[in-house]
Amino acid sequence: MSILIDKDTRVLCQGMTGKTATFHTRAALEYGTKMVGGVAPGKGGSSHLDLPVFDTVMEARQATDADATVIYVPPLGAADAICEAIHAEIPLIVCITEGIPVLDMQRVNRALTGSKSRLLGPNCPGLITTDECKIGIMPTSIFRKGSVGIVSRSGTLTYEAVFQTSQQGLGQTTAVGIGGDPIKGTEFIDVLEMFLADPATESIVMIGEIGGQAEEDAAQFLADEARRGRSKPTVGFIAGRTAPPGRRMGHAGAVISGGKGGAEDKIAAMREAGIRVSPTPARIGETLVGLLDGRSEDAQIAAAE
Amino acid sequence: MHIHEYQAKDVLRSYGVPVPDGFAAMDADAAGDAADKLPGPVYVVKAQIHAGGRGKGSFKELGADAGGGVRLARSASEVREHAVQMLNNTLVTVQTGPDGKQVNRLYVEAGSEIDKEFYLSLLVDRATGYTSFVVSTEGGMDIEAVAEETPDKILTLGVDPATGFMPHHGRAVAKALGLTGDLAKQAEALAAKLYAAFTARDMEMLEINPLVLTGDGELRCLDAKIGFDSNALPRHPDIAEMRDETEEDAKEIEASRHDLSYIALDGDIGCMVNGAGLAMGTMDIIKYHGGTPANFLDVGGGATTEKVAAAFKIITADPNVKGILVNIFGGIMRCDVIAEGIVSAVREVGLSVPLVVRLEGTNVAEGKQIIEGSGLNVISADDLDDAAQKIVKAVGGSN
Repeated sequence: MSILIDKDTRVLCQGMTGKTATFHTRAALEYGTKMVGGVAPGKGGSSHLDLPVFDTVMEARQATDADATVIYVPPLGAADAICEAIHAEIPLIVCITEGIPVLDMQRVNRALTGSKSRLLGPNCPGLITTDECKIGIMPTSIFRKGSVGIVSRSGTLTYEAVFQTSQQGLGQTTAVGIGGDPIKGTEFIDVLEMFLADPATESIVMIGEIGGQAEEDAAQFLADEARRGRSKPTVGFIAGRTAPPGRRMGHAGAVISGGKGGAEDKIAAMREAGIRVSPTPARIGETLVGLLDGRSEDAQIAAAE
Repeated sequence: MHIHEYQAKDVLRSYGVPVPDGFAAMDADAAGDAADKLPGPVYVVKAQIHAGGRGKGSFKELGADAGGGVRLARSASEVREHAVQMLNNTLVTVQTGPDGKQVNRLYVEAGSEIDKEFYLSLLVDRATGYTSFVVSTEGGMDIEAVAEETPDKILTLGVDPATGFMPHHGRAVAKALGLTGDLAKQAEALAAKLYAAFTARDMEMLEINPLVLTGDGELRCLDAKIGFDSNALPRHPDIAEMRDETEEDAKEIEASRHDLSYIALDGDIGCMVNGAGLAMGTMDIIKYHGGTPANFLDVGGGATTEKVAAAFKIITADPNVKGILVNIFGGIMRCDVIAEGIVSAVREVGLSVPLVVRLEGTNVAEGKQIIEGSGLNVISADDLDDAAQKIVKAVGGSN
């Protein structure tokens, strides 16, 4: 088991004929992903990487019965591409594009309400269900089939968590990058709910960063679920303890504003919810092993120093 | 991207928003001419810098009692005198930091008789994803302080993007300002125009503080601060042209030319990292091991050798940097590309401080080989913890 995608997921690619999309579609095919076609307006009827190309998402959906679509369309056209996929009722839309104007995302978010689609991203690395399906840009070589579910706002920190849990021999069920934009389709809570419900996922790594409230909301969610008797060992990390307030740290959503969204508040909320927080981005795997082995946090930090 | 007050008022004026008449001036004569074009008898001379608190600020080069960055004048010659004092001098405010900012531009506008001050702004509320009005009767104050001390005096009102601005939003804004009758009508019209400007020009922040009620019963925007969504600038070339690079950090401008995300900090360990989250995490781990980061730098996912070289030059140009940590987790970005970029940059600009490199991910073996084969004095690290400890030690921090 896994969440969101598996070996049977049929995947479209919007903007497939572009350079970046071609590179990553090829990598997805190599990983064994069931790529079923691409969308490139004006190029319908042709083929690319031996896959059929369609003019519209609706045509592509009807011809291929796709379950998911991945979007590599440039920023100013990306909102249109997402809305076209929502219109075609694609169940899972993954938007890799970075730099979509926030007012565009505002309308996209509204269009998602009540729709048949879930959006992952934008400005995210996508997701991988280990050894089954890759959608997006994550490097595959660091994955190893296993029991940890990983969810993160940051691309490269996801890779760190994957790499470290592989090195520790734990491996992953699914790793999900939810993206660094302030308005996004899928939040921590959505993914955590899926990990709690997935029998193959035995533990969870959640990586947040400064800005917004999503980590606090997620911590509250896990605390509430634990009270209802549903919980899995969870390790957290928050990036940006040293970030100055008022500055956007690369990600559009990573900014401490008006005294809100700082790392310490998020870390405190996580701890309060029973999440063990890794002291550095280098010790995520180690911290999880310690938690699973029943070692105390103090003993673990002492052993690491 | 931020713009000056006079530019913000021009933008708002084009949407029919009531702002006082005024003219920008780059020198004292132009300031005097601006006053001649205004009705008088009162003029306001306002320093144009990208920072708030100008009125209560002071000029470094002038005496403590010389007046701040917003001054009243009663004649064109007095406007000119103020302009001579303010231009090319350094204004220090609570928001500029102790170094202050040089005043290169002034705005001369008609004085307004003020009966009452209000606060009105628009922003994208993260929690709801909606564009929201923030309204308060406490004008002219720091709104964050008002939010802290008297949160009941602030109304936040989201506008559903599916409907856009509706008359009921206008009525709610007027009510929150405590206005009735004709003034309520003015407030409703003002709210509609501000929302139109905000959405049409892809703003991320529009702050009117204060909005005033004048002696002759008009609502007027006395100050205006606008931040635009940088991602949307390609569709607003006229806005992009308003950028004033003298208001920004030179290194950050250079970085943006190479499509690098860079923020200068005050520590001594320069960092080059791929990915925003990992870049923050790298700053954090430097601090954890007793050092201080000199910058945030994300080279992005699709970096080329040239981009890496440019990043390296920006870091080494910072005189505070006593050591450099390169931390790359290669996904799309291959470690051999990074390694080649580092080697070519070091060959070009030289290396006078310790450099620790941690590579992991795609083509890591080839990357490490390029570094080792280069004969450069580079300290390689096994993992991120190791890397952070090595660079902190190399610059003489604790541990």
